[in-house]
Amino acid sequence: MYKILKAEKLAEKIFLMDVEAPRVAKSCQPGEFVIVKMDEKGERIPLTICDYNREKGIVTIVFQIVGASTQRMSNLQAGDAFQDFVGPLGQPSEFVKEDLEEVKKRKYLFVAGGVGTAPVYPQVKWLKEHGIDADVIVGAKTKDLLILEDMMKEAAGNLYITTDDGSYVRKGMVTDVIKDLVETQGKQYDVCVAIGPMIMMKFVCKLTKELGLKTIVSMNPIMVDGTGMCGACRLTVGDEVKFACVDGPEFDGHLVNFDEAMKRQQMYKTEEGRAMLKELEGDTHHGGCGHCNND
Amino acid sequence: MDVLKKVPVREQDPKVRATNFEEVCYGYNKEEAMAEASRCLKCKNNAKCMGGCPVSINIPGFIKEVEAGNFEAAANVIAESSALPAVCGRVCPQESQCEGQCIRGIKGEPISIGKLERFVADWSRENGFVPKAAEKKLGKKVAVVGSGPAGLTCAGDLAKMGYDVTIFEALHEPGGVLTYGIPEFRLPKEKVVRAEIENVKKLGVAIETDVIIGKSVTIDELMDEEGFEAVFIGSGAGLPKFMGIPGENANGVFSANEYLTRNNLMKAFREDYDTPIVAGKKVAVVGGGNVAMDAARTALRLGAEVHIVYRRSEAELPARVEEVHHAKEEGVIFNLLTNPVEILTDENDWVKGIVVRKMELGEPDASGRRRPVEIEGSDYTMEVDTVIMSLGTSPNPLISSTTEGLEINKRRCIVAEAENGQTTREGVFAGGDAVTGAATVILAMEAGKHGAKGIHEYLSKKA
Repeated sequence: MYKILKAEKLAEKIFLMDVEAPRVAKSCQPGEFVIVKMDEKGERIPLTICDYNREKGIVTIVFQIVGASTQRMSNLQAGDAFQDFVGPLGQPSEFVKEDLEEVKKRKYLFVAGGVGTAPVYPQVKWLKEHGIDADVIVGAKTKDLLILEDMMKEAAGNLYITTDDGSYVRKGMVTDVIKDLVETQGKQYDVCVAIGPMIMMKFVCKLTKELGLKTIVSMNPIMVDGTGMCGACRLTVGDEVKFACVDGPEFDGHLVNFDEAMKRQQMYKTEEGRAMLKELEGDTHHGGCGHCNND
Repeated sequence: MDVLKKVPVREQDPKVRATNFEEVCYGYNKEEAMAEASRCLKCKNNAKCMGGCPVSINIPGFIKEVEAGNFEAAANVIAESSALPAVCGRVCPQESQCEGQCIRGIKGEPISIGKLERFVADWSRENGFVPKAAEKKLGKKVAVVGSGPAGLTCAGDLAKMGYDVTIFEALHEPGGVLTYGIPEFRLPKEKVVRAEIENVKKLGVAIETDVIIGKSVTIDELMDEEGFEAVFIGSGAGLPKFMGIPGENANGVFSANEYLTRNNLMKAFREDYDTPIVAGKKVAVVGGGNVAMDAARTALRLGAEVHIVYRRSEAELPARVEEVHHAKEEGVIFNLLTNPVEILTDENDWVKGIVVRKMELGEPDASGRRRPVEIEGSDYTMEVDTVIMSLGTSPNPLISSTTEGLEINKRRCIVAEAENGQTTREGVFAGGDAVTGAATVILAMEAGKHGAKGIHEYLSKKA
């Protein structure tokens, strides 16, 4: 069992938890992810790592309610425990493995959207700890859905916040901010790292391709085991089929087939939606409602 | 009783079992087992059946005890050689191993060795038979990577010799392919798999789940920091293969591994578990091995019409005859000499059909089986909403890429000596699918046994 030391609601449907997982905390790197399973009947849920403390053996995760298992997970409190917490999985971010002197020569731009702010944080923090100040754009639908602002301000060189509805700092999409920084302010970047909803990453990549700015994205497709065994997380990158769990989760955003990835993400939508309704309303959705083909 | 014929084994009615996940075969009762045992000729010297058994169980020895009704004695004879008899009695390909060599089988039917082994194992469990733990501990730590048949066997053997063994398992549940791969109706999880794993634990083996060797901790760290003096890698088969045909990433195309893992490990077939599965209404399973049969029969039980699409003919099906027979009885349709060339999708990128090409058999290929040759202009479309690819696996690079000095071969399998599992790295041994590529449960167990022997020799010399 993996004890929860802190459980905090960051925003509507978004939760942060500190979990005691010494093996993961000791070995994890920015860019990698974990799989959690709350109890015997829960799903295996892949979550990117938000922070870690190697000495204390603690890993911080952030998740959003998207289905039945995450709905149940959101009820967990400090003192409760996850039945399973496994990782780290996937490949670390590119810069972790590269020659630090080379990395230091580059100017990094991070683009975080919604709950994607969580996996961006450890990357920005890692760079900061290695003497590199990165620019960070964080986008949220509205002020209330903005997360980790103070932590990010601490780690980032410059932090640019934008909200879709203009309820905080500025109104607009993250792509508007990228354009503003690069085209209006004339800032130069060597690498962009964009993590957020698939549709956001798609449009960031479309823009950065025009700008000639190399862009890394972190994919979070449907997974089961997370170790390469099932192939559920496959996606097309350039001409190749890759498994996000072992080859990724980070890929060259200009080569990722986002349209296919977005369609694949919908695969279990009805099944998951039904399981979630069951969670909320009891076992009322076993056919007969006229919308689910009686199955 | 006709001594030339096997005592028939009772099975669930095909029509009934096609709709549930209960075990297909009921196994022998005491009377049936003793009657079947009485057919055995008890060959004294050089019993052929033993030569056919990868873990060399004293088969005439345990059958003699069954005939006499001494089931505990029979269990002790099997336990000398095998830690997983209830599993092997169910999933070993006996027809090509022990039973394939049986003298009784020259004229008439061979002894039902598998069913007798299963009977003894089930009787042991039901009667609380516990294998004996080592009397003396050696005070040496050995790590085993993976809790599938190779790892469990290796760990069990080493524990019996007195080593302190810890198995590291990547998934949340031990058992490897016995847990995630082979379905409930062929190998009950709670009753059989968990019980046999508990028996291995009773020998003193510790199992740590949720640890991915090569990621959570490396082999070097296990040896340098955690005090393990030797490591056995039994990490299994690895990554599923796909065909590389158009439409393969469409929604509704799954690897057999995914389909089976959702169902077996995550229990998607049960309403009270969260993990979903797309059952499909009309399913094509591509491939002809045991895994393909397992996937097909699972889809059938989830309510689908199921077609096996296989490019060679029935004679070349790699699956066990018994599995093919059961699948047919239950209503799986076989589309043989047929090979998919494209998967068709609807406007939402869901599978709506597969284009297949008829094949004919040509000259034998490297495997000795006749090579399937395409028949030009024979393409047609099968309307299906789900496609399950069961084409085998390629090795997982997680361990080989994070362990210095561990050599892999051209097929990216770990290089290890067959007789003792020794790899190119001192103190590191390996066996099972990680070394051979996808094979059977019993061959993995044999490799686990050899690995245990190799580790014992290595650590005895080192001391």
